[in-house]
Formats: sequence, structure tokens, C-alpha cells
Amino acid sequence: MSDYGLDKLKASRFLYWGIFLSLGFLILIGLASSAYMEHEGHYVTGMNNQIVWGLPHVFAVTLIVIASGVLNIASMSSAFNQKLYKPLAPLSALFAIAFLIAGLIVLVLDLGRPERLIVAMTTYNFKSIFAWNIFLYSGFFVILAIYLWTMLDFNVNKYSSTMGKLAFGWRIILTTGTGSIFGFLVAREAYATAVLAPLFIVMSLLYGTAVFYLLLRVISKLQNIPISDEITLSLRRLLIIFLVANIYFLVLYHITNIYISKHVAVELFILFNGGGYTTMFWIGQVGFGLFIPLVYEMTNNKNMRNLPLTLSSLMIVIGGFFAVAVIIIGGQAFQLNIFPDHIILESSFYDNQIHSYVPSIFEFGLGIGGTALGLIIILIMITNLKFIPYKK
Amino acid sequence: MSNRRNFLIKSASALAVTFVLPSIMSNKSYAKKPLAAKVTDKQSWGMHVDTSKCIDGCTACVDACNEENGLSGFGRPETDSQWIRKVKIKEKTTDKITTMPLMCQHCENPPCCDVCPTGASFKRIDGIVMVNQHTCIGCRYCMMACPFKARSFVHETLTKQNTNAPRGKGCVESCNLCVNRIDHGSKTTACEDACNKLGHSAITFGDLKDQSSKVVTAIKNHNPRRLRNDLNLQQKVFYSNI
Repeated sequence: MSDYGLDKLKASRFLYWGIFLSLGFLILIGLASSAYMEHEGHYVTGMNNQIVWGLPHVFAVTLIVIASGVLNIASMSSAFNQKLYKPLAPLSALFAIAFLIAGLIVLVLDLGRPERLIVAMTTYNFKSIFAWNIFLYSGFFVILAIYLWTMLDFNVNKYSSTMGKLAFGWRIILTTGTGSIFGFLVAREAYATAVLAPLFIVMSLLYGTAVFYLLLRVISKLQNIPISDEITLSLRRLLIIFLVANIYFLVLYHITNIYISKHVAVELFILFNGGGYTTMFWIGQVGFGLFIPLVYEMTNNKNMRNLPLTLSSLMIVIGGFFAVAVIIIGGQAFQLNIFPDHIILESSFYDNQIHSYVPSIFEFGLGIGGTALGLIIILIMITNLKFIPYKK
Repeated sequence: MSNRRNFLIKSASALAVTFVLPSIMSNKSYAKKPLAAKVTDKQSWGMHVDTSKCIDGCTACVDACNEENGLSGFGRPETDSQWIRKVKIKEKTTDKITTMPLMCQHCENPPCCDVCPTGASFKRIDGIVMVNQHTCIGCRYCMMACPFKARSFVHETLTKQNTNAPRGKGCVESCNLCVNRIDHGSKTTACEDACNKLGHSAITFGDLKDQSSKVVTAIKNHNPRRLRNDLNLQQKVFYSNI
């Protein structure tokens, strides 16, 4: 007989509808933004023929990376048999599904022809890592759904450990696929390295754990159940390990690029003279996202664990968003090296200058709308099904 | 019942007279080769650019391409399509200045086709790299992958398109070596024609498999190079005197 049970969210109706309608409003903004961009064409966005992937892709990739990472908690329980996390495993899988849907919806609604999604689902070029990702994402969705079922239905509960292990393996491959979208681009100096795949995996572990803790905090407030000290301490330890791992792979990625002569120029751009991108890198990605939370977590007063961990998690998520922005947009902003032995003096296609990108409000609306969709799925599910653990 | 049959017969006849007959009776000058003819690997289309003959400030090739493919633009250079552009470069050690047209290089190993999730970016058996406008989903991954920034995304609604160059909002497009002309039996591209017309003759288009073709002769005579040869993409556009 287990010592915990699962319950539905018992927030007041006022609070529930307040959150529901706020998220619904954001989703409407997202839909309106997407409809406007599709109707008018992408010229109303900040994206252009130089920066072809912009803010929607930053949102989408961040959300997909988080989707893979929040499953970490369930993996700790089923793949690594950490009993502490077992009560939280269903929530973890639910978050993963919700963020996956959120990320994919942003990605799809930014396509030039979103109505051709059926083409993408039926016509494959197996040499494309993008096509592989379509399989990886839909497969992840199906595995997560079955995994959730095995966790929540007593009759099939004996399969949950197997499904958990399968989901763990799948998410590692999935994040490798997401990182490889960039790692396989030989033409762009900022990307062409396989280190991006493990970097994306540690990013997902870090951001996913931070997001899980933040959502757990919100749910514990709404449900009026405290998070146990054991969980808090364990999550804090995990975050510290993932922060260190993230710093390690980030340093490795940049040192690799500096070592490859033809990648030096783009490295100097990101690290030193890239203006906004350099600021985003050092202050957003490195400062906010990695070093401040690491120092803070290793030195904070243990008597007030929850608040520092919340602040650290918030900083990690914001830093993570900047990290993805630096990789996606910063990597494109640096002009292609079409003529390695020459300087381009004139070009009507901006070949000789750093490409500019100013995101539009519509792109931001789409990204926020997608994120809200993920959160509303979580809200609806935990209100109607028993996901929230309590001590018997 | 018979009324309905009569109505259907009359409607079908009217449609046939309006749409089918004119196309059968048409005697357009470029329709020398039937479009039904299969594309084969007997040809491999390619191009040679002699940059020593390319004139600084001349945009005849660009203008001709724009006219051929209906790339009128919207006065927004950052988002308007450019299938071919002129660039001016300076050699880092010798300071030698060169101007040249830059367009899709029609790689033998095209990264754009490798990354395209739906296979909309494809290489024809005769070497032409192009986009299937019906299956392109507008993800722009090919634009991320192209080392020559040869592709454009259609950022806004198009009107008054040329019938020989179908394009669509939300799809990616690029130089297709005037595939419509080639498939109708033409031996030249619009940019080559324009360059020749001005007497510059910097661009030579032709069949790389035909040892007696102008393009093969030009390549033999000039010892040209491919751009970014280090990537081993085996492009079919060659540049000499860079």
C-alpha cells in the first residue's frame, strides 16, 4: 500500500477561472497573431531573407527543449528507480506532453504554409533531420500518452516502469535531434558541430527541471500543500549538477569553435563584438542563466530554500530563452562566408553586413500564445484528473 | 432528367471551347519541345561565369531574371525575392576587385535538398535544383542550409504572376536555370541572353555532358573554380578570373 495518493486541483472557482481566462486570452492573442502573419505574409514579422528563423523559433525550440527536460522527474522515478519522485512522475509526463504541444503549435503556425502540415506528415525525405524530428516528436507524444496511462490506471500499472525507460531513451534521442537541426548545418559556422546535440540535452535537463520546480511551486500554492523538504533539496541538487554540466558543454562548444579556424570570426562575433547578441550571451545566457543561479544556490541560506530556488529557476528559464535566442538568431545574424579569400564590397542581398532582426509584436504574440496553450492544457488536466500527490 | 443532361453537355462544351481549344491551337514560339518529354540524365545543365567580362554596375542579368520570373518586388529589399544578385568582391591579398552574378549554384550534393523535410527541394536528374511549390511547407530550413544564400522566401501575397514561373506566398524559391524555357527546348537562360545582348558574354549556359557545348569549351579554356570548394558540393556553376 503506497503512502501517497493523487488528487485533483482544488483551487477556488474564482482563482481557476481567473487563470483559465487569462491563459485563454493569451491563446487568442497567439491565434490572432498567427492569422495576421499568415494572411499578410511574413513581411509583417521581423524575419526576412537574411534572418529566416526568428522569435517564434526561439519560443518553439525553448518549449520543445523544456518538454524533453520536464520528463526528467518521471525518468528519475522509472528509469533510475528514485522512489522520492514517483508521486510526481504523472505530473512530469503531463508537463512534457503540454510543452511539446505548445512548442510544436508555435513551430507549425509559423510555417509559410501551415495548412500543408498534412504534407509534412505524409511526405518524408529521410535524409532530413527535420523529417526525423517529425517522427521523434509524434513518437514522443504517443509514448508519453501511454506512459501516463500506465501510471494512472492501476490495471496496467505494471508496465509503467518499462514505458518510463522507453520515454527516457526516446527523449534523449529527441533532444539530440533538436540539437542536430543546427549541428548538421555545414554552411553556417556558428552551428556546424556535433557538440550542439549534447549541449541541447544538458540544456533540456536544466530548463526542464527549473520549469518543473516553478510549476510545482504554483500548484503547491494553489492546492495549499507544501513541497516536502526532501523534494526541494533534491531538486536543488539536481539543478546545481545540471548548471555545472551546462557550463561544461557551453565552454566545450565555444572552445571547439575557437579551435576551428574558419569558425573563429563567428565566435568573436558572439563573444565580443556582436552588440546585442554579445550582451544576450554574457548577461542573459551566461550571467542570468548559469552563473548567478549557480553561485546563489551554492551559497544561499538553507533555512529559506524555496524562495532562492524559485528565483534561481526563474533566472535559469529566462537565461535559457536567451541561450536559444543567441544560438538561433545570433548564428544567422553573422553573414555567410561565401568568399573566404575575399571581402564583399557590395551586394544587394546584405552579404557584406551583419543581418538585422527586430522581432515584431506578432511573433511575440504567437510565442506567448503557444506557451499559454501548454499551461492551459496542464490546468485543465490537473483540474479534471488526479495528478497532484498528497501524503495519506 | 434530359434537361440536366443537356445542361451538363452544353457546360462541358463551353468549357472545352473556352479553355482547351485555345491551348491546342496555340502556336507559341517556345513550345518546340513537348512538355511531356521525360527529363533524362543525358544532359547535365550548368553555367560558366567569366568574371573578367562582368561589368561593374551592370544589372542586365538581374533585370532579365526578374522579368522572366515575374519578381517585381514590393520595395522591401530585406524580404523581396532575389534569384540572382550582383556582388562586388575584393581579394584579401592582391586587392583585385571582381564583380559577378551570384545565384543558386545547382550543387550535385545540395544541402537544401538534404535538409528539406518533405522533399520539396529536389534535384532533377538533369542537375537542376529547384523547389516543388506544391509540397514546400515554408519551413525555411533550406535557406538555413544553403551556403550561398541563394534562396528567397515569398513574404507576401503575389498578384499578376508570370504563367511560366508559378510562385506562391509562404514558399521558398530560387534560380531554376529557367527550367520552363529549357523544358520547352530553349538552349539559353534569361540571364545569359541579357548578358549576350549587351555584348558582355560573361555568362555561358549549356550541357556539361556535351563535350562540344559552349559551356564545356569555356570551362576547358578558363580553368574556373567553384565557390566554397572546401564544402565539396560539386556545384554546376563555375567562375573564372576571380
